[in-house]
Amino acid sequence: MFRFAAATFLALSLGAFAANEPEFNLAIEGHKFTPDRVEVPAGKKVKFIVENKDATPEEFESGQLKIEKVIPGKSKATIWVGPLKAGEYKFVGEYNEKTAKGTIVAK
Amino acid sequence: MFGTALIVFREVLEAALIVGIVGAATRGIAGRGRFIAGGLALGVIGSLVVAGGAEAISKLAEGMGQELFNASILGIAVVMLAWHNIWMSVHGRELAADAKKIGGDIRAGAKALSVLLVVIAVAVLREGSETVLFLYGIAISGDTSAQTMMVGGAIGLVGGVAVGWLLFAGLLRIPIRWFFSATSVLVLLLAAGMASQAARFLIQANVLPSLASPIWDTSGIVDNSSLTGKVLQGLIGYDATPAGMQIAFFVVVMASILAGMAWARRRMSAPVAHATPATTTT
Repeated sequence: MFRFAAATFLALSLGAFAANEPEFNLAIEGHKFTPDRVEVPAGKKVKFIVENKDATPEEFESGQLKIEKVIPGKSKATIWVGPLKAGEYKFVGEYNEKTAKGTIVAK
Repeated sequence: MFGTALIVFREVLEAALIVGIVGAATRGIAGRGRFIAGGLALGVIGSLVVAGGAEAISKLAEGMGQELFNASILGIAVVMLAWHNIWMSVHGRELAADAKKIGGDIRAGAKALSVLLVVIAVAVLREGSETVLFLYGIAISGDTSAQTMMVGGAIGLVGGVAVGWLLFAGLLRIPIRWFFSATSVLVLLLAAGMASQAARFLIQANVLPSLASPIWDTSGIVDNSSLTGKVLQGLIGYDATPAGMQIAFFVVVMASILAGMAWARRRMSAPVAHATPATTTT
């Protein structure tokens, strides 16, 4: 019984991590995010592939999303987001906060 | 220039607060100045190395290298702070009674100090590497002249260090009777707060589930991006919108350290109680 429960739990948790999360692409170019507004499904973990096309590093930061990640120049980074409640979540590029701004909308 | 100063200030602040607490907590231990300076130097060198290898680190663990690196760094600091507090729960009273007594016991003092050297080094390394990357970004983007960047960076650095120094100086004004109790509470909160931040990075890396997020939202009262929010985050790991897993880490680490302190005190007081009658018979 215990073994069964453990196996189920393991399968479920592995499933949770390995399941095909919806994927979204973001680019940083000229210290700006494109697109700067992304709609994602609420209540689901989603994956963002952020490509920094600038030569300079950028820090993807969002207090609301609880994310802080440095993306070196000319490279891609994976960022896991959520599961989010429906609503709007702002993020910035901390190193160029004036121009690098974006919003994730969970629906 | 102002923008540069502000960002550098924010990065330096957290490390400065930690150094301020650690500097105060090692009051009365001989040679602490050298150890603190050593920790700072190692942290700065480490920052340059980590910033230089940022791209390589990012690519580790299927792109989650940075998160795991940050979580490990924080984990090391938590363990070191825990050890310090447990050690101090036994030696703090001796220090309060006679500052020179432990100062004379160089071996015990050096052990406590080398633990805190690691804490300072990793705190500086974590915040410092981000500062280096940021300044590097400005330098190669060519938007601002190198001179403006240097001035802005210097203002930010001085500002951050000043806040850390204020905390340090303020703590030293606490009467010696309560001093070590006060620093031990601060170190306890610092360790628990770091554990919560480590949990956040592990959630971000998709290694741990968030266990519901956020549990509450106090960003309307104190937002993490505000100065007060930053200071509270540095001191007690304040998070306006914490995940359940972060709270679990905070509570477990705090309870474990408190249990360790109680255990160490009991272990110390037992032989002392036996020794007293023995000395009276002679």
